[in-house]
Formats: sequence, C-alpha cells, structure tokens
Amino acid sequence: MATLELKNVHAEVVEEGEKILNGVDLEVASGEIHALMGPNGSGKSTTSKIVAGHPAYEVTEGEVLLHIEEDEFDDIEIPDDLRTWNLLELEPNERAALGVFLAFQYPAEIEGVTMSNFLRTALNAKLEDREELFEEDDGEEEEEEAGYDTSPMEGPADDGEVSVAEFQELLKEKMELLDMDEKFAMRYLNAGFSGGEKKQNEVLQAAILEPSIAVLDEIDSGLDIDRLQDVSNGINALRDEQGTGILQITHYQRILDYVEPDTVHIMLDGEIVMEGGPELAEELEDKGYDWVRDEVYQTA
Amino acid sequence: MSSEQDHLKETDTEERFEFKKEQRAAVKSDKGLTEEVVRLISEDKDEPEWMLQRRLRALEHYQNMPLPTDWPGQPDLTELDIEEIVPYIRPDVETRGGADDWDDLPDDIKDTFDKLGIPEAERKALSGVGAQYESEVVYQNMQDQWEEKGVVFMNMDQAVQEHEDLVKEYFMTKCVPPSDNKFAALHGAVWSGGSFVYVPEDVTVQMPVQAYFRMNSEGMGQFEHTLIIAEEGSEVHYIEGCSAPKYGRHNLHSGGVEVFVGEDAHVQYSTVQNWSKNTFNLNTKRAIVEAGGRMEWVSGSMGSKATMLYPCSILKGRGASANQISIAFAGKGQNIDTGAKVYHNAPKTNSTIESKSISKDGGRTNYRGLVHISDGAVDSSTSVECDALMFDNESTSDTMPYMEINEDRVDVAHEATVGKIGDEDVFYLQSRGLDDDDAKQMIVSGFIEPITEELPIEYAVELNRLIELEMEGSLG
Repeated sequence: MATLELKNVHAEVVEEGEKILNGVDLEVASGEIHALMGPNGSGKSTTSKIVAGHPAYEVTEGEVLLHIEEDEFDDIEIPDDLRTWNLLELEPNERAALGVFLAFQYPAEIEGVTMSNFLRTALNAKLEDREELFEEDDGEEEEEEAGYDTSPMEGPADDGEVSVAEFQELLKEKMELLDMDEKFAMRYLNAGFSGGEKKQNEVLQAAILEPSIAVLDEIDSGLDIDRLQDVSNGINALRDEQGTGILQITHYQRILDYVEPDTVHIMLDGEIVMEGGPELAEELEDKGYDWVRDEVYQTA
Repeated sequence: MSSEQDHLKETDTEERFEFKKEQRAAVKSDKGLTEEVVRLISEDKDEPEWMLQRRLRALEHYQNMPLPTDWPGQPDLTELDIEEIVPYIRPDVETRGGADDWDDLPDDIKDTFDKLGIPEAERKALSGVGAQYESEVVYQNMQDQWEEKGVVFMNMDQAVQEHEDLVKEYFMTKCVPPSDNKFAALHGAVWSGGSFVYVPEDVTVQMPVQAYFRMNSEGMGQFEHTLIIAEEGSEVHYIEGCSAPKYGRHNLHSGGVEVFVGEDAHVQYSTVQNWSKNTFNLNTKRAIVEAGGRMEWVSGSMGSKATMLYPCSILKGRGASANQISIAFAGKGQNIDTGAKVYHNAPKTNSTIESKSISKDGGRTNYRGLVHISDGAVDSSTSVECDALMFDNESTSDTMPYMEINEDRVDVAHEATVGKIGDEDVFYLQSRGLDDDDAKQMIVSGFIEPITEELPIEYAVELNRLIELEMEGSLG
C-alpha cells in the first residue's frame, strides 16, 4: 500500500511567478480511483506536474508526501524511518523509483529511441534508483565501472537488471493485455504516434513500470470511442491487477463511464471546491461548471 | 593474439625491421616542408619517379596557395603552423617497429582507452604503438578471402609498388587533384599510408572492408590516402578509422580520400573518428559516381580543435546517386565545420544529405554545404536536412547551405532545425525513472541514430560510448 498526500499545496510558475494552486488537499491510496475535474486553467495539470516534479513549477507552501508500507516493493523491506517521503525534496526520477507515475497529456516525442530500448532502460533505472534510495548510507560510494556494461545501448545486463530477453517477454505480455500491435516495440518513442496511440502508450508504460500511484493527465482527450475503451480497460487493469492508485484528471464525465471513480474532486481556481462520489461527475455533466461556481460562491 | 598472428609476425619480422631502419633515416631530414623532405619521403618508400614528380607538383601548388581565411564563420586556423607539423611525423615513425611509447601518449588519450574498456594490448594497437604486424595480419586474412575474386585491399604505399598502373591512373589525377585546395596540395606532397581498395566488375564484397587498426599503425598516418576503385556493378562497404583517438602529439591531420564508383556500382564509405583536442582535422574526400552508381558517405567526427570536412560526390552519369550522413560533436573550445558537397552533372541524379550536430559548453558546429545542379541535369532531386542540437546557451550552431541550381526541372528540398535539448523531453524521460544525465544521453543517442544504424554494431556502440564520454566532459 502507498498513499499520495497533498497538504495545503500552493504553487506558482517559476518564471512568471504566477500563482496557480491555492492550497490543494488531496489523498490517493493504492487501489483507489479518484477523478480530478475542473475547467481549463483551474490547476489540474499543474497539480499533476507538481507531483511528478516538473521544474517549471515551484511549491511555495504545503507538502507533497508519499507514504509507503513496509511490503510495498517485492524485493525491499522498508524500514520504519523510510516510510514517508517528502516528494518535493526528490528528483523526478527518484519519485518514479518510489512508485509515482505521471501519464502526460502531451507526451514528448523522442526520435531514434525505440520503445523497447526506452522502456527497458527506464525499468532498470527505476530499480536501481529504488535500491539506492533504500540503501543504508555507509559513506562509501562504489566507483562505477567504466565500459560497455554501463552503456545505454543494448549492452549486457548488470546484476539485478532486467535482461533483454526477460524484458521482451514482459513487454509482449503487457502489449497483448492492452491490445497493442507488436510493432510498437520497435517504433520510436511517441514519434509519429496518433493521439490515441500516445495515450495507449502512456498506459503501457504504467503497466510496465507498475507504479503505486499513477496520475493520468487528461488521458481521455482526443480519443475515439474504441480507443477510449482500450485505454479505460488498461487503467482498470492497473488498479485491479497491480493495485495502482489512480488520480484521473479529466474535463469530462465520458471516461468515468468506463473507469468508475471512488471519489470525484472538483477544482476551481487552484483549489478543490467540491468532493463526492461518482454521482457528482454525472451532476457536473448535466449542470456544468457554472453550477459549481454558483454553489461555491453562494456558500462562501 | 592467435597463433596464426604470431606466425605471421615472425615471417614479417625481417621486412619490418628493414623498413623501420629506413624510416628512421628518413625523418632525420631538415625541419619544415621543403623539396628535400618530399624527396626523402619518396625515396624512403622507394617510389617510382612519377610519384615523386606528383609529390613535387603538389608541393608547388601548396606553396602557391593561400590558407582559407575568409569563409564566413570559418574555424580559426591561425594557430596552425604547417612548417612545424612535418617534423612531428618523426616520433610516430620511430615507434613503427614497436618501441614502447605507450607512456608517452597524452593522458587524455590513455584515459579514453581506459574508459572505453579496451585492453592494453589493443590500446597499443589502436594508438599506433607496436601495431604494425597486427595490421598486416588483418590485411592478409582479408586478402586470402578475396584474392580469388580479384579484390585488392592493401596499404597505399604498397599499392604504389604492386598496382602501379592503377595507382598511376587514379591517384590524385581525376578526383582530388592537388590544385583543389591548400590541404589537398599538402596532402599530395607528404601523403603516406592509407588504404587501396580495388573491386573488380560485378564483385560484391559481402563483409565491410575495415581499416580498423591499420590507420593508426601507420607512423605517418596523419596524411593517409585512401583510394577506392569499384568497377561496374560491384559493391563494397569500406569502414575507416576507429573510434579511438589518434596521435595526440600531432596537430594536423590532412587525409585524402578518392572513390571511383563505376556504373551501377555501390560504395559505402563509413568513418568513425575521434581526434585529440589539439588536432586540426582538414581533409579532402571525394567520389566520382558513374551512371546508375551509388555513393554513401557516413561519418562520425569526434574530437579535434577544428575540423573542416565536406565529403563530396560528383554525380557524373545518368541516374547516379549519393547519400551523405554526418554527425559532429563540438565541446568547449572546438569548432567543427562539416557538411557535404554534391555536384549533379547528369540527368536523373539524386542526392540526400543529412547532417546532425551537437554542441555543448560553448562548442561551435557549422553545417556548410554545396549542392550544385548543372544545366541539363533534368529530373534530378536533392534533399538536405540539417539538425543541430545544443546543450546550452553558450554553444552555437550555424547552417550555411549553398544551392546552385542551373536547371528548372529539378526537385530541391532543404530543411534545417536547430534546437536546445528540450526541458520537456528531459522531464518526460526523468518522470519514467532516468536521471538527468541518462535522459540527455538517451535523447542524444536517438538524435544520432540515423548514423549509428548505418554502422556495424561495434562501431555504433563505440560512437555512442564516445558521445557519452564527451557529454560527461571526461575526454579532456
């Protein structure tokens, strides 16, 4: 089990100093699905980027914590004093190693890097980082051996790494699960992918990296109905099979027909102003965000 | 080393020993680039009179030509003192017989070998120390395999003796005449070593012809000459150099490459080179392509203080084509000026140029290209693509594509992109678990992938590894 906790998070854009989040409180635990809804510009994407550690945003107040239980990872037993992490002190890759995943609304396109090579490198990097984070600091750092072994090219696997063969098997399995064409593995990362393929690819990455908490930023945008179903099946599988906690950021009710949330949070102007069960999303669909605005400012 | 190599080593010993003594005598010549030096080189190699005469004519051209100084954005050559260069041949010549000069190599070069994980025996070979016999073994094995088909692959010095007619006809006559430019003239005067490749009609050489060790084992390899003659319908892939640094003590490399692609023949010339940071790398490489022939240049140029290199294809016959792919990496204090030249001199000729450059820590890369389409070269097409990737705001990159189009019925495309390594791209990869350095490395590996995919895997891995080392800033 792991829980992501945002406590009174205030944040701004580093360059312009523009304030975007005004005290966000949110908790997502493994195995739960939360929907974070709100109109454009309300701070949903910023929330996701802050969790992942995007350098363009600065948290000026509040905390982003990750609580993990002793048995969260198969291979490492987590001591008492390393069960709560302040994510704001960690690099993005360290957050990933602890099990935080962000599916991007507009994922980068990296030419020349095959999906297969990228995902294996990422998986191994994550395992290595994780080991380092939980390693007892004995003050002596081991010198890294120079040579081909450390090359990000297809070099032989080091101890504890997932080998090429093992990885191919894993990749094949996950791609079948998501009904993706095998050819994907040899394509360049997101390069020339359609909008739908990119979204599917984000879910595939989550399936391979097995995060504790996945933040999915508008993963439903630009999807036709068939693809929406595929992607939704993938998201449900993340929760059901890996116990991943999902924070589903969306404008629309549509995806929530397939991925049913336990809780719906509505964000306005950088704050969560309303929370409820799945029925809240339906109500929103009928009445629109103006209704939320009226409700909130009337009571305020 | 195998017993076969040991055996060959033994049989070659006497010859090498003789050679060594002569070489030592040769470099006791006067300092500076004079007629006497040129005569001594030629005499030392026991060259025929015509070759001596060619050297002397080249020397004349050299003396009468100015250094290029006023090209826009040109690398600064003022620190290059050619009169000081030639005597620098001497220390490497002295090591030719296998003298143990490993300790004299500059630290950055030794470090590179360490980091590349190359065993010491191999390092010595790669650095030109004691590599002579090993290279000859490489040659002889290859010769056995191809000799029956009439393929020739040998040291250029040797070729002057053994294939005199061919060399006399092709050597710096039609393709790269010494009058072409100052450095071609210099090269013509003092050239030494290099490769000679001859592929007879309709013969396909299946495996790449690799001058992997040899180039380094040549004492005077800084002026090596490569002559490739591919007869009609033949096919060969020649790979030159290795990704290891060369002689750190030298400060000029001025090679010459001439390629003759016969009708419907196909030649690929690939090179991965890494020069020490005090080297001026000024070369002339050119191919003449007959009807239906295809020439491919693939080059990864690393290191050097300044590089000026523009492989050229002359598409002489109808339907000839050329593909040119190059990558350059410039770090602190480096100016890498590379590009391509293509002359479309016949109808239906086709060329593609793909140039990739990476600059970091104030390094400067230029793409300088010339595409010339002659009047009458109808239905020809060319496509030029230059991509520059920069690590920081101090680094610079310029694109100077010249297009001389003298025919209307042609298809011309040029595309240039310049970009900084994208923060969003790095963040994306980081969010998946890669640290900042590995993320950048992965982006760069992807960026140069069009080059690496053209190379055999061991070269591709080494190119990647070298770029990785450059990015760590650990190559001195």
